[in-house]
Amino acid sequence: MADPMKIRASVVGDSTEVKVLMSHEMETGQRKDAAGKTIPAWFIQTVTVTHNGKAVLNAQWGPAVAKNPFLSFKFKGGAKGDKIQITWVDNKGEKRTDETAIG
Amino acid sequence: MSTTRRDVLKRGGGVTLLGLLAAAGWVTPETAAAQAWNKNAFDAKTMDETMKALGGGAPAQSKDIAFVSTPDIAENGAVVPVGVTSAIPKTESIAILIEKNPNMMAAAFDIPPGTDPSVSTRVKMGQSSNIYALVKADGKYYVAAKEIKVTLGGCGG
Repeated sequence: MADPMKIRASVVGDSTEVKVLMSHEMETGQRKDAAGKTIPAWFIQTVTVTHNGKAVLNAQWGPAVAKNPFLSFKFKGGAKGDKIQITWVDNKGEKRTDETAIG
Repeated sequence: MSTTRRDVLKRGGGVTLLGLLAAAGWVTPETAAAQAWNKNAFDAKTMDETMKALGGGAPAQSKDIAFVSTPDIAENGAVVPVGVTSAIPKTESIAILIEKNPNMMAAAFDIPPGTDPSVSTRVKMGQSSNIYALVKADGKYYVAAKEIKVTLGGCGG
């Protein structure tokens, strides 16, 4: 199981700013190991962010997203204490969900 | 039913092949249920192929798309911050494409109503290249480009 995401959500004016740092290798499938064998691709494919159960961002990623991906965006509304839930699924079908309250 | 050694081997071989396919990203057993991942778009190597996979026509150049906190020169191609903000009304999605990467599409974001048409992330770049911000708004595609020089490549090893 991958390490937990670091999520920070804070109210900025009438919006909520969400910043996420995920822990993932994001292996491209282009690199070779010491023996010259290609290291298979392993990367997050989809990310879903919800605010109190309603989707505020859906992302599709390829292997060109940097290792330990960072994501930041804003949405209208949101109040202190509201629940932000983030789920990612990688190309091996592994998934992780973390949640935080808007602070 | 009698199970011969040959059958067992065949079955075993089949399982391994599936496993390999899954590892290579060709067969994604569980991901489809959660959210579709547009494999064709991520496999595309040119702008034309990408647009075809997305089901759109040639995108129009737009000055209403801006790159924010995106460097002109990236010292490390493995971690290049890219932020895209669209001022086009009814922006539905934002995609980041890197011209000289093995596959152009790096990331695509669906922007539901209520979410600001502005996203920031970090991408990998194999070499100095143009990057494109592709915005879908009200069913039409718009694009803006920016050149980023990379001092140290982020792909290969």
